[in-house]
Amino acid sequence: METVLALLVGLLFAISAYLLLSSSLIRLILGVFVLGNATHLMIFVLGRLTRESPPLIQYGLKAAEPGIANPLPQALILTAIVISFSLFAFLLVLSYRAYQSLDTINTDEMRVAEPEPAGTLLRGRDV
Amino acid sequence: MRCAWQNPSQPEPCCGVAMSDMTAWLVVWPVAVPLVGAALTVALWGRERAQTNIGFLAIALQLAAGIVLLQHVWENGPVAMAMGGWSAPFGIALAADVFGAGLTVVASLVAFLILIYSLTDTDADQRRAGFMPLILALMTGVAGAFLTADIFNLYVWFEVTLISSFGLMVIGGRREQLDGAVKYAFLNLLATTFLLIAIALLYGMTGTLSMADLSGKVAALPADSPIETVALLFLMSLGMKAALFPLHFWLPAAYHTPLPAVSAIFAALLTKVGVYSLIRVFMLVFPDGAEIAREAMIWVAVATMIIGALGALAESDIRRVVSFTVVSGVGVMIGGLAIGTQAALLGTTFYIIHSIIISAALFMAAGMIARAGGGTRIADLAGLYKGSPFLAVAFLLCGLSLAGVPPFAGFWPKVYLVQAGLEAGAFGIVAGILISGFLTLVLIGRSFALIFWRAAPQGAPIVASDGGALMKGALGALTVLTFVLGIYSAPVANMAGRAASELLAPQAYIGVVLGRSGQADAGAVEVRP
Repeated sequence: METVLALLVGLLFAISAYLLLSSSLIRLILGVFVLGNATHLMIFVLGRLTRESPPLIQYGLKAAEPGIANPLPQALILTAIVISFSLFAFLLVLSYRAYQSLDTINTDEMRVAEPEPAGTLLRGRDV
Repeated sequence: MRCAWQNPSQPEPCCGVAMSDMTAWLVVWPVAVPLVGAALTVALWGRERAQTNIGFLAIALQLAAGIVLLQHVWENGPVAMAMGGWSAPFGIALAADVFGAGLTVVASLVAFLILIYSLTDTDADQRRAGFMPLILALMTGVAGAFLTADIFNLYVWFEVTLISSFGLMVIGGRREQLDGAVKYAFLNLLATTFLLIAIALLYGMTGTLSMADLSGKVAALPADSPIETVALLFLMSLGMKAALFPLHFWLPAAYHTPLPAVSAIFAALLTKVGVYSLIRVFMLVFPDGAEIAREAMIWVAVATMIIGALGALAESDIRRVVSFTVVSGVGVMIGGLAIGTQAALLGTTFYIIHSIIISAALFMAAGMIARAGGGTRIADLAGLYKGSPFLAVAFLLCGLSLAGVPPFAGFWPKVYLVQAGLEAGAFGIVAGILISGFLTLVLIGRSFALIFWRAAPQGAPIVASDGGALMKGALGALTVLTFVLGIYSAPVANMAGRAASELLAPQAYIGVVLGRSGQADAGAVEVRP
């Protein structure tokens, strides 16, 4: 099971790398999203898979008995999902605003902040 | 697999040792105060007067809390506090040593001055768009990153600073800002995701997230564990946050676009959080081993110093020039980490403090130059000395401090670093520091001559505006600070020396995080092969 999930994580990383190499903002957003999900799945697998024993402490005991599923990856993934979802929403809005204002979603054409080199620091009569 | 948290023989995972110790609360306030301030300012959305007052109060209180914490840590050694009473390594702990507490103090001091600067720099509409809540959230994240003892928590603080910096980046909404923000947002998001991947791999190998606990467990891993891979992933992701070559390109693409006050706080603090985390991770989690990452770090540091300085020389926009000097400075700091001796870490810590002050000052000055000269292209700027002699002098003095000219604060850390490099035989780093310092000196001289001394076009009006008393006061305070710390450098050098010793011998830090008896360390994790 872990092998299958590890391969799936690898596949998702490959997909996101392919998407992130694009110059289209939409593909970049999707790439970041897939990368985030691949990472979440990776945390889940790295926490080791334990089937059919939920991480609950039995009534009367002060600590869990050995053999229960690891609850920590779930807490980590929950945190990471909330963060990556909110950032995904922000990226969508930012990209839409950038499209409205710059009139392109091609990152190669986004040169407003970094115009082609302006040339010299001097003006004709300074030389 | 059987983990420590499943072991019924463990003592109850509550009633942490740190909980009973009231002084441990000191470590909470620098994080909690701006967080409460951020919540209050969000509740007062739109009422910018009240927000501004709360913002100043919160940062002042954070500064006071930081000073009290630093004094306590100085006298009594590191302190730690287990959040919610769940003792480490199970719960999340905040912990402060001289390194973390000292940087918190400098960060909130500079943030306070930037807030003063921002009173003139932002208009009421921009302040109403959430300037103050975002600054306070940013400062929460910065202090949290400096004071956390848990590596996943470090990632969360990174995201807190990142989310607030996204918001700050686009206040004003000009086209350049949106363009810069797109690049900034995507690349920083990638960097934090890679950081999360590195943390996940480390957790998979060791079963713990507490940096103090990791310190011993990483060293005890079997020899065939992929430690090198994880160390390189940390170097890559944190290096991207810190703007290390070849992953520095997002910084000069974005830092010149937002409001000057926002640029100043970004340049002062955000890259330093990356540098701080690199130092913490490589000194505490990978104190030895990780040879490939350390070897890579040397050359990356040298390349960052030189490329940053050359990039600044090639730029024709004053705010982008200043952005590239931030990159160059990051190289110097990581150079010290790569050498890794007491003197080198002293130099690095001193340089971080110097760089927080001087990056803020130069971005403030660049914003005032843009005001006085009506633009940021150096070709369009000339003769500003006549209208703004104060700005000219402050820019020159801060620039000289940046280049590392005595008697300014930029001189001493480079002395320590060069000395440490010569002793350790790291001649590449020594050469990089000296060459980048020389290039920076050329750069500052040229920028000063072109912007302030070059004759203005005939008939051009002399603009007497250089920002008003508040902007001048903030920039002047930072200039005086960098001068005083150069003349009277002993306190900072002492503090940096203590920080370096504690980084090299982190037993006190580890002990206080894991509880003094060290019993929490007893339940070792058995990782399945």
